[in-house]
Amino acid sequence: MMVAEKILPFDEMIHDECSRDFKNQHIARPHYKQFSQWLSQQSDTYLNARREEADLVFRRVGITFAVYGDGGGTERTIPFDIVPRIFQAAEWSRLEKGLRQRVTALNMFLHDVYHEQHILKAGIIPVEQVLKNAQFRTEMLGVDIPMNIYAHIAGIDIVRATHGEQEGEFFVLEDNLRVPSGVSYMLENRKMMMRLFPELFAKHRVAPVTHYPDLLLDTLRQAAPQGRMNPRVVVLTPGMYNSAYFEHAFLAQQMGVELVEGKDLFIQDECVYMRTTQGPSRIDVIYRRVDDDFLDPEVFRSDSVLGAYGLLRAYRAGNVAICNAIGTGVADDKSIYPYVPDMIRFYLDEDPMIANVPTYMCRKPNDLSYVLANMAELVVKEVHGAGGYGMLVGPASTQAEIADFKERVKANPQGYIAQPTLALSTCPTFVESGVAPRHIDLRPFVLSGKDVRIAPGGLTRVALKEGSLVVNSSQGGGTKDTWVLEH
Amino acid sequence: MLSRTADHLYWMSRYTERAENTARMLDVNYQMSLLPQSADVAQQAWRSLLEISELAQVFDARYTLMTPSDVIHFMVDDMQNPSSIMCCLQAARENARAVRGSMTTELWETINTTWLEAQKKIRAGILETAPAEFFEWVKFRSHQTRGVQQGTMVRDEVYYFIRLGTFLERADNTARLLDVKSLTAEHLREQGNDPVDDFYYWAAILRSVSAFETYRKVYRDVITPERVAELLILRADMPRSLVACVNEVVDLLVKVRNAQSAKTITQARNLLAELRDTNIDEILEQNLHRFLTRFLERINAVGGGISRDFLVPLEIAA
Repeated sequence: MMVAEKILPFDEMIHDECSRDFKNQHIARPHYKQFSQWLSQQSDTYLNARREEADLVFRRVGITFAVYGDGGGTERTIPFDIVPRIFQAAEWSRLEKGLRQRVTALNMFLHDVYHEQHILKAGIIPVEQVLKNAQFRTEMLGVDIPMNIYAHIAGIDIVRATHGEQEGEFFVLEDNLRVPSGVSYMLENRKMMMRLFPELFAKHRVAPVTHYPDLLLDTLRQAAPQGRMNPRVVVLTPGMYNSAYFEHAFLAQQMGVELVEGKDLFIQDECVYMRTTQGPSRIDVIYRRVDDDFLDPEVFRSDSVLGAYGLLRAYRAGNVAICNAIGTGVADDKSIYPYVPDMIRFYLDEDPMIANVPTYMCRKPNDLSYVLANMAELVVKEVHGAGGYGMLVGPASTQAEIADFKERVKANPQGYIAQPTLALSTCPTFVESGVAPRHIDLRPFVLSGKDVRIAPGGLTRVALKEGSLVVNSSQGGGTKDTWVLEH
Repeated sequence: MLSRTADHLYWMSRYTERAENTARMLDVNYQMSLLPQSADVAQQAWRSLLEISELAQVFDARYTLMTPSDVIHFMVDDMQNPSSIMCCLQAARENARAVRGSMTTELWETINTTWLEAQKKIRAGILETAPAEFFEWVKFRSHQTRGVQQGTMVRDEVYYFIRLGTFLERADNTARLLDVKSLTAEHLREQGNDPVDDFYYWAAILRSVSAFETYRKVYRDVITPERVAELLILRADMPRSLVACVNEVVDLLVKVRNAQSAKTITQARNLLAELRDTNIDEILEQNLHRFLTRFLERINAVGGGISRDFLVPLEIAA
């Protein structure tokens, strides 16, 4: 078997430049120049002290996530890295256009599959891939919702990688259209950087992100049922023991709306009310951070106490908006992901501006035999897996693990997709041994209402372990502040 | 405001206030134990402290001796004692965390920091090295929490329910303190206690509610049990007295009133009117213990009314 040539990952800060005497030199890219100069002047002791301060503040503020399966309700902070990830304006605006295009097409797809199903009739996506998908909600067929927007809040995972000819190209790794989280870290990381290193913000024109909660509230109010003056918005959380509870409380507070739990809600005459100290109060828009399955015990899981009985009836009657809509999972499923570029062409008649990672669908016999023959080079993912679970990173796995995964794929080919192991870009990161490159990705947050709006940047996640490609916080990942430089 | 939110806020401040009052009592007992006194008197002081919180039986079931260090651990960091300071601080923090979005960031951070630092202090062994310092710290964190509330919170329902919790708990705690201390004093007097000890005893009660200097200023005279009782029950300008607490409760109930809270307001108003109309001689005549027992029943009935009217989820009006 041919051994793939080792590709050096794209470094966000440093590139090699040939000097006049033909020696390779590591040079900071233009948009990193000032930062890199500043960084070289800081001692490790100083940076360490700043990092410790950051951890202390995160704890005091209670920016923590609950660790599951750890008994006593343990709370941890997600490691915060003090080296920002920086975009230059042109780069970002290219990315922004691509995100807008993609999310627009995804929303059109969702409206289509729950109505006329043109895309299925045109044979662009196999019918059974959609209609037999566990995330396809027949309850949503023919239901009209304001502006035909389903995914009001989308988190699109972007990686930059060198693949084939393209050096440092952007790819969409995954769409998150159900209850994408992480935006509170985007906001808190910025606050933290401004607190720790105010001098850096004096030197750089960093596009602000703190208006995100206003954009979010505006988007949610736009989603309200027609004719409701001054619509009342709430955030629905599973409760304080949910791992993302901090974010739910944070967003509710920043928007100035109530944070409710299922038990605070009840439905009467197909309208949703919350129980208040002054009696029942009508609700128009629910920004839910609870999965579809738990929203309404009348229709979905009957044992759920996280939703409200009869909510779907109120929703279908058009008396309340649910954001994101029910049934968005059919568009971010990994088995649908390979078709998103086709969706963009079909609905918008445009070429996709951000490419998908090339994907092998194991349900296709040709793809399956390729995947089985080359698994050691590939990343294999369970179609319904999430959070870095249920996946195999070929180059980082043992022979036994690969053999085991092959059996699993053979037993259930339609349950898996595979992608080449991308050389994810790296960004300098302050780790135990000092500043060293670590792999990163990016989750920008895309808001869809009357227009599509995106806070500049997003959440950069970093794999803190040397060589690791897994950035999930449940698997030892950290986060960074993300800067978009204005000109 | 959500009923559930009001419930969390109300209990958050009740637990904060309870932690403070427990620290106050422990502090005074600890200071007293440093004075020369008979073993019996010392023992009695610690026992009465447990009786205030109706915890003597729980304690006896778990500890064999009643050494000061045992009682302090039981009342401070025994996580199986739901009234221990650490349990209260944790409960205050958990309630705050459940509704952190409804309060100012400063208030949440103050309450969260109290809990985080309290754990650090306990781990560092402060109860062995400097218990008095810890009690003082708990008291001042509670002062700080109230200060942050007052200095940062909008005067709306959130603020009112937090204050309701504070004054309801304080009324309860002051009444219990007075009740148990007066019973103990009676017990000591029957044994022919000497007047100097008596002075220290009542002075300690005053100190535990930060009222020693106030007493001197108001009465300019020797400390007598009757006047201590008068100060802690009937002085409207004394911020920890029963009448002051009930006065606040009435004001707050009027501010948050809803369609079904009329009865609770009436109950609180009646209680306040009786406190205003009576004097200390009448109270002593009918027996202080009986008076305080009745007061506790009635203030707790008001507490039950608050839960029923506001905090328990309301059904839609038919």
